[in-house]
Amino acid sequence: MMELLREHKYLQFMLLIAVFLLMCMFVPATDGSWLWRLPPLFKQLPLMINNSVDFLMFEWWLVDVYDPDIEEYEKQPVMRQVTRGISGFILFLIEFVRELILGGVKTIVTFTSWDWATENPWARWPGLPWTVVAGGAAILGYRLSGIGLALFAGFTFVYIAIFGQWEPSMQTLSFVLIAAPMAILIGLALGVCAYKSKTVETILNPLLNIAQIMPHFSYLIPVMVFFGIGDHAGAIATIIFATPPMVRLTLLGLKKVSPEVAEAGRMAGCTDRQLMRRVLIPTARRDILIGVNQVIMQCLAMVVIASLIGAKGLGNDLLIALNRLRIGLALEIGVCIVLIAIVLDRLSLAWANKQTDYFADQSFKQRHKHSIWFMGVFLAGVVLAWIGSLVFKEGFNYLYLIPHNKGLTTGPFWQAGVDWLWDTFFYTLKGFNEWFIVDVLIPVKTAFLAMPVVATFTLAMGTGFIVGGIRSALIVGGYLLFIALTEWWDRALITSYLMTMAVLISGLIGIVAGTLCAQHPRAARWLLVWCDTFQTFPSFIYLIPVMMLFGVTDTSVLIAIVVYATIPAARYTVVGLQSVPEQLHDAGSMAGVNRFQRYLSIELPMSFPHMALGINQTVVFALAMVIIGALIGTDDLGQLILGAISEKQGVGNGLVLGFCVAFIGLAIDQILRTWANQRKAALGLE
Amino acid sequence: MSSEASNSNDPVIRCENVFKIFGDNAKRMMKESGGEVDAAKFQEQGCIVGVNNASFDVHPGELLIIMGLSGSGKSTLLRCISRLTDATAGKIFIEGEDILKMNNKQLIQLRRSKMGMVFQSFALLPHKTVLENIAFPLQVKGVSTDDSIKRAGEMMELVSLSGRENYFPRELSGGQQQRVGIARSLAIEPDIWFLDEPFSALDPLIRKEMQDEFLRLQGVLSKTILFVTHDFDEALRLADRIAIMKDGIIEQLDTPANIVLNPATEYVRKFTEEVPREKVLKIETVMDPVNPADPVSDIKVSKDAIIESVAEVVLNSSKPVSVIDSTGAIVGAVHASKVVHLLFGGHSKETSGQLS
Ligand SMILES: Nc1ncnc2c1ncn2[C@@H]1O[C@H](COP(=O)(O)OP(=O)(O)O)[C@@H](O)[C@H]1O
Ligand SMILES: [Mg+2]
Repeated sequence: MMELLREHKYLQFMLLIAVFLLMCMFVPATDGSWLWRLPPLFKQLPLMINNSVDFLMFEWWLVDVYDPDIEEYEKQPVMRQVTRGISGFILFLIEFVRELILGGVKTIVTFTSWDWATENPWARWPGLPWTVVAGGAAILGYRLSGIGLALFAGFTFVYIAIFGQWEPSMQTLSFVLIAAPMAILIGLALGVCAYKSKTVETILNPLLNIAQIMPHFSYLIPVMVFFGIGDHAGAIATIIFATPPMVRLTLLGLKKVSPEVAEAGRMAGCTDRQLMRRVLIPTARRDILIGVNQVIMQCLAMVVIASLIGAKGLGNDLLIALNRLRIGLALEIGVCIVLIAIVLDRLSLAWANKQTDYFADQSFKQRHKHSIWFMGVFLAGVVLAWIGSLVFKEGFNYLYLIPHNKGLTTGPFWQAGVDWLWDTFFYTLKGFNEWFIVDVLIPVKTAFLAMPVVATFTLAMGTGFIVGGIRSALIVGGYLLFIALTEWWDRALITSYLMTMAVLISGLIGIVAGTLCAQHPRAARWLLVWCDTFQTFPSFIYLIPVMMLFGVTDTSVLIAIVVYATIPAARYTVVGLQSVPEQLHDAGSMAGVNRFQRYLSIELPMSFPHMALGINQTVVFALAMVIIGALIGTDDLGQLILGAISEKQGVGNGLVLGFCVAFIGLAIDQILRTWANQRKAALGLE
Repeated sequence: MSSEASNSNDPVIRCENVFKIFGDNAKRMMKESGGEVDAAKFQEQGCIVGVNNASFDVHPGELLIIMGLSGSGKSTLLRCISRLTDATAGKIFIEGEDILKMNNKQLIQLRRSKMGMVFQSFALLPHKTVLENIAFPLQVKGVSTDDSIKRAGEMMELVSLSGRENYFPRELSGGQQQRVGIARSLAIEPDIWFLDEPFSALDPLIRKEMQDEFLRLQGVLSKTILFVTHDFDEALRLADRIAIMKDGIIEQLDTPANIVLNPATEYVRKFTEEVPREKVLKIETVMDPVNPADPVSDIKVSKDAIIESVAEVVLNSSKPVSVIDSTGAIVGAVHASKVVHLLFGGHSKETSGQLS
């Protein structure tokens, strides 16, 4: 018996399930019983965090600072000065870019004073006509890549203008244009440091793990405390969130550079800096560019979330539109965000791939032809705007700036579509919704909540043990213990329930779809392109169509999560199946198995490790989306985190809740990754 | 090119008891060992011996080949001499200067002015065009873009790649990529040229072509060269002298002929057993003294010519062929029978006896 158990992991697993079920049945749900729920020993943790943050901010290390208003020195905490400095700097940059496009007076004020600006009313930056910005974007696209990108960039800005989203879009753009480069630079610098120093890498690694899986919301609260509210705070939260993937990918890319290439650089006589800048980083460019792309995507995904702490722009509008259930408007704004994301992504990619031509002996005119073009567009735009000011004497000068929500709108059309859907399918949708909630979601939720804590631990740690031995068991147990000792175990169970449901459904859909598409190279490519495109959308966008259909319910959230989280499952399945060596297919065919048998006995086991990593990503995506789902109403950890944002003492709560969510993800990550690595090693894949 | 001719000059590269040991406590173990390194003992302690007590000189214009099976420490030795890794113990002099004592700045200066290196995997920069790759060492040095590009253009011509300036490495065949690697390593006109298995990644046919190309270049440039290979045929074709390495130890360092004829260790003997003599021996070794009574043909061959390369001439001639030295004076004659004997008579004691 023991022999059998030791040999067959699935027997161990079945035994574990049996024990788990027995515990579920026989542990009574009595308050105060440690087997049922652990006591919230960490209850004071949020308060302690709050106190330390307060101490840091207001009491730690006082220095004399000159206050110009009262013309006297005053004791001020260093931390506050530092954060104020950073805030001011970032805010200045954002405002500067914003005013370049939209016009304004704040930048001028920064260098003079409000009084001076009021006395000199001519001292205003006038802002560019939208035609000039669109033309400039097109020229930039042409210069970096060619006519295709030029058309796309131009189209994007024209679209934004005529749909009356110009101002919020430019606000968002200025925000992203500052946050993204900062995240990229910081990420690159940290990645390089980690590459150079093993110590830095060891320190960064766990931080990155947590940072990437912490829900977006939980960043907001500490950022708010340290940096206040506004565009700069949004930008800082965005930078914190967008930097980790950049660090990761920079490090990954640098490590992949072949040692001979580095040696070639050193033999060419590079100094350390030249080696890094001219050999290593460019050679690792592919991975670093994926990092850049991720940063831009994260930035746009954060646009909406950052608006919760005062970032202006599309995100804010989208949030309002969603809250008022104005689906059509939300959709239009969503399209703007997606378009900006894609344009920025393509431009940055083209910029990084740009080559110099040494042989074209160019005249002045040729070398500066893009600048000359831009001057032309600028003049034309200004003239148009001037003509506009003559034509549209009353009201708005549409050739200069199309005011907010005064452009075209397809909102009513979408709204009509939604209404029609509702009218036509009301009973079907409602029926499905009700059935799904009553017969599926609620029972599962109840089941999750009815798990005694000891059973959950047994299941999780047991799985950890079977997969990765005592080490994995302890790590998983540690993560769970933290959650169990807070007062939010039940909420965490709800989060887990939503996540589990979503992961099961997405995993199933993703693996099936991936498998089907992988049978045909064309279909596989097509699926990967779709995955790429969908991944470009900020997670928020997924909420819009489902809300159209199912309103504000768990069903909506779940469907949005499933759509979003299916992407990695499908992608990794395809990649995994494609990486099965051809010879194995042939070997299978020669052995006379049919296609389905071949799939079951060869391809599937071979690509299991890849799929496991896909599911791992699915978990991360699902967790992120579950929390975002809080915005349209759930009752899990996400809702509490959202609540913490508006509390005065929310830092501690927000952070601890964030850790809870992160730890759910990390526990699953631990098990799946260990398993995948073992399988890979066993199959000789790496 | 021959080593004897340049013996009078000071060596360009001199290694004295160089050790390279990988592992965390390599330095400490090295100290304790007192100069006697036993690879097996070190391995037990988690150290890997890369180079074990290497001492030799390389003279100006000499082509020294480092030869050995994969993992024998050839690359490691080369990397020690170019200081891509720091030797654990010993002294390495480049033109009389101890490079292990150099600071980073001096080292960079040395590489920028004196050293070039070619790599097995080509190690081209993927984001730069062929031309930019070749110009890279110059640009790093601070040469202006115009000048470096012009010079790179000349180098492209030297390695017969003109017309592909704007290609990317990935768009070239292996042989072409290695030509770029060669051009890049030569761009700064180095005195010392390191090549680490430059042709091992190429197909046999291309390899032959590249070796010819290499010989042509060396004929034009006469650099001091350290050339690593695991291909004995290649070594015989190119070398002035060959160093044979095993487990980090240089088993023997000598001319090709001496290595084949007088292997210093059992390992070298096994290594050279299968080598056809005519591929290593010079005409010198089979010629007879000039005998005025003997009628000789008008054909003349150099005494330094490898037998294989002139066998056809000698065999086709009805009379013995005259042998001349580098000044053109006749120093002997070769009988066809001697060559036939060498080619087909097996590896007799007699041939080797003659030389020693
Ligand atoms: N960076 C390193 N760390 C540890 N061991 C190394 C390292 N580089 C080479 N070695 C070891 O040193 C020995 C010699 O390697 P190398 O010089 O690359 O051999 P060759 O070039 O002759 O094939 C090998 O056993 C190799 O495993
Ligand atoms: Mg090697």
